[in-house]
Amino acid sequence: MIKAAYLHIPFCEHICHYCDFNKVFLKGQPVDEYLQALEQEMVLTLNKYPTDKLQTIFVGGGTPTSLNEKQLERFCESITRNLPMSRNVEFTFEANPGDLTTEKLQILKDAGVNRLSLGVQTFNDELLKKIGRVHRAKDVYQTVENAKSIGFKNISIDLIFSLPTQTITDFKESLTQAFTLDIQHYSAYSLIIEPKTVFYNLMQKGKLPTPGEDAEAAMYELLMEQMEKHGFNQYEISNFSKSGYESKHNLTYWNNDYYYGFGAGAHSYVDGWRRSNAGPLKKYMGLIDNGNLPIFQEHQTSKAEQIEEEMFLGLRKTDGVSIAHFIGKFDIDPLEIFKNEISDLIAKKWIEVKKDNIYLTKTGRLLGNEVFQAFLGVSN
Amino acid sequence: MNREEKLKRQSNIRNFSIIAHIDHGKSTLADRILEKTNALTSREMKAQLLDSMDLERERGITIKLNAVQLKYKAKDGEEYTFHLIDTPGHVDFTYEVSRSLAACEGAVLVVDAAQGIEAQTLANVYLALDNNLEIIPVINKIDLPSAEPERVRNEIEEVIGLDASEAVLASAKAGIGIEDILEQVVKIVPAPTGDPDAPLKALIFDSLYDAYRGVVAYIRVVEGSIKVGDKIKMMATGAEFEVNEVGVFTPKSTLVDELTVGDVGFLSASIKNVGDTRVGDTITNAKNGSTEPLPGYRKLNPMVYCGLYPIDTAKFNDLREALEKLQLNDSALQFEPETSQALGFGFRCGFLGLLHMEIIQERIEREFKIDLITTAPSVIYDVHMTNGTQIKVDNPSNLPDPQKIDHVEEPYVKATMMAPNEYVGAIMELCQQKRGIFINMQYQGENRVNIIYEIPLAEIVYDFFDQLKSSTRGYASFDYELIGYKPSSLVKMDILLNAEKVDALSFIVHKDFAYERGKVIVEKLKELIPRQQFEVPVQAAIGQKIVARSTIKSMGKNVLAKCYGGDISRKRKLLEKQKEGKKRMKQVGSVEVPQEAFMAVLKMDDNNTKK
Repeated sequence: MIKAAYLHIPFCEHICHYCDFNKVFLKGQPVDEYLQALEQEMVLTLNKYPTDKLQTIFVGGGTPTSLNEKQLERFCESITRNLPMSRNVEFTFEANPGDLTTEKLQILKDAGVNRLSLGVQTFNDELLKKIGRVHRAKDVYQTVENAKSIGFKNISIDLIFSLPTQTITDFKESLTQAFTLDIQHYSAYSLIIEPKTVFYNLMQKGKLPTPGEDAEAAMYELLMEQMEKHGFNQYEISNFSKSGYESKHNLTYWNNDYYYGFGAGAHSYVDGWRRSNAGPLKKYMGLIDNGNLPIFQEHQTSKAEQIEEEMFLGLRKTDGVSIAHFIGKFDIDPLEIFKNEISDLIAKKWIEVKKDNIYLTKTGRLLGNEVFQAFLGVSN
Repeated sequence: MNREEKLKRQSNIRNFSIIAHIDHGKSTLADRILEKTNALTSREMKAQLLDSMDLERERGITIKLNAVQLKYKAKDGEEYTFHLIDTPGHVDFTYEVSRSLAACEGAVLVVDAAQGIEAQTLANVYLALDNNLEIIPVINKIDLPSAEPERVRNEIEEVIGLDASEAVLASAKAGIGIEDILEQVVKIVPAPTGDPDAPLKALIFDSLYDAYRGVVAYIRVVEGSIKVGDKIKMMATGAEFEVNEVGVFTPKSTLVDELTVGDVGFLSASIKNVGDTRVGDTITNAKNGSTEPLPGYRKLNPMVYCGLYPIDTAKFNDLREALEKLQLNDSALQFEPETSQALGFGFRCGFLGLLHMEIIQERIEREFKIDLITTAPSVIYDVHMTNGTQIKVDNPSNLPDPQKIDHVEEPYVKATMMAPNEYVGAIMELCQQKRGIFINMQYQGENRVNIIYEIPLAEIVYDFFDQLKSSTRGYASFDYELIGYKPSSLVKMDILLNAEKVDALSFIVHKDFAYERGKVIVEKLKELIPRQQFEVPVQAAIGQKIVARSTIKSMGKNVLAKCYGGDISRKRKLLEKQKEGKKRMKQVGSVEVPQEAFMAVLKMDDNNTKK
């Protein structure tokens, strides 16, 4: 049964220098037509792949809060109208600090949104400018304040480290600021330079002064240490929360569970099929106008692939992979099929196996990709 | 055919090659000539037909020679039989050029109307003149805006000493002047001389291996004739065979009854090994054959050696088979098994030059799907021992202990470079850096200089050509020939990874450059070898003495912290790519070393120039 849905709003008022998600400048775009198509996609999909009650809904972008109030209201209505939700659904909206007026916050609140994920990235205003963000640190405090006063009780912020010219001290300062917010959840990602971004082009020209691999590792270690110190539990490589506030939606991915993906360029995993939607708006809307699902690519995962993915996704979680769950799902003991890999990784002190769990050690967390690779191309 | 008919036909045969610098338009001109002589309908026309190997077309060079028979109805009303023999343009294949020229009576010299004469062209023109060929100068690409045909005409007269007053102004691309060239071939290139009734003398100027027919030898009949069923003998090897088929290329291979004086074509005779049909050898009749071979045959000796090792050690035998198959087609390729502590079992292979080496490597990887580790190329050193004996060393790690060596000699080449005036300074500086000895400099024409240096071959092997090109913005051309051995103060530099000597990384260097190169190479290796799970010291040592060191830090972090909005497929692909990259590395002791690291010694100067 499918328990999670992702919805994509591909519009932005400004494009950040590091972002390679599917997005376009908001100005002059057919936003209303897009929202219409998005609703149509939900209808078509739910007819074809029905579900009972969704546990999580996540609206990301782009910038979902770049929609105006009217559009936002209409969009929220189309979600509640078409997606069946369980009573304790986790309903998250991504938002830019500064975009969230009291009016927009109220619309979200009224629609049943109960979790906000704010793209803060850093508290250093200079750095914010350099990475193409238009909000400033003071906007973050204001937005969090407003959200709380309207009644949001589950707020998360995203941070990025290893930004160009960022020092360890800078990052520590950002963390200090972040802990003053009294919120429930933090995601912290290390910067990846992706093709088709401003940063990538600068890097190609040798003009992007990144802190380097060692500083990056130091920042990550600092992050884990500070989070622990402030009482936030690291439940996944990049995610930290107060107890009970783990993001159920994010865990869908790491648990290798099914999820819908609605909107231009969105990805989904349904009944063993991984699919991606057409990215360009015209293409996406054109497909839907003709009564089709807007699928760009699809791939049916083999059992071997599913098994490998269960491992490399599951190992991102602090608890790692549950052996009993694995056996229940695939009818194979992971300790058997990955016998050599697991004993090799244990010898390297990158993973441990205790009771029902296979999980990364502290060192293993720093070298996650090395560990994940070990499980690829083995099971077949 | 009776004797009269043979002689009549012979008088209407014209055999010629095209000599040109790379990019000066040889292949395009060959295509136009094929079109003009209706050898192919335009539908059959494939661009640059003579370069048939994929690799040749990709690199825009000719490696293997081809010979095409064409019919041309000249303005005098007679029909002529042309044989157009293609030649490789690269210095590695000079000997093959000289053999193909020996199969001709004339050569069309193509010079680019904008660029003028290049060193390579000059070398080949001299080869042609040595073979007493008549030269037909053609100034090509006259339709280019930058064309200066008059300047180039003067250059041909001044630099080569040819009469260029009749030079054809042509554009092979635009089809201008093609007929004039063909008419000049009729007029200027002499008909073959030779007696069709004499004992057979046929020159082998190329050969290739065909899985069904065995070796196919490309031949030029100089005396006598040859037909199916004839018993023949290779004069250099003494091997005897019975001819299965004779034919010509039109350019499709077409069987004929007989090849006679002046004919250029092919024969097959169930020959199993290209080594039996050595380029330059003479074929004669097995019984009552000629006793005098045609002049000029020599055995080809490799100039450059390197180790080839399969990354997957289980593929050693596959690699042997690949080399054997390639050798069937390329007798200049030599190999013998060798063992490296670092790389395991592999082969030490000898090549005519760097290009030859690269081509063989690429063909093994592409055609035989064997991933290779290649060690840096080396030349052959003559090592004179203190006990009076002398040994040849083609693998740096085999250089004996210094105390046992009296002195070492290394091969030198005479390097000829041609370039516009303004690059003289840059060329001389480069040659000095490369331990060159200045020999001569001549001004040729108004703005071109011919510079001659003697340079150790080892320095040429280390990316000399690339550096020459970059320091002259591509304007300089270059040719070299081996002139013999000279004593040099050479030492062996060993490289240690994690305190273990890696024999495959050893190289031989001049004493005066040793410290500098040691420093550069440890830095270069630090860049090229990815971080490992532990810190890896990199050291360069001469004997017991460490001359340079650096450290590859341990792996810090390798986490993909972002999830791409549920795009698991992409994440998977990234992980797979990283894993694939590792498979291309060789485990040396406890360190994983990528292929590039073994070639680091070649890139050292490249690093210097960037600083």
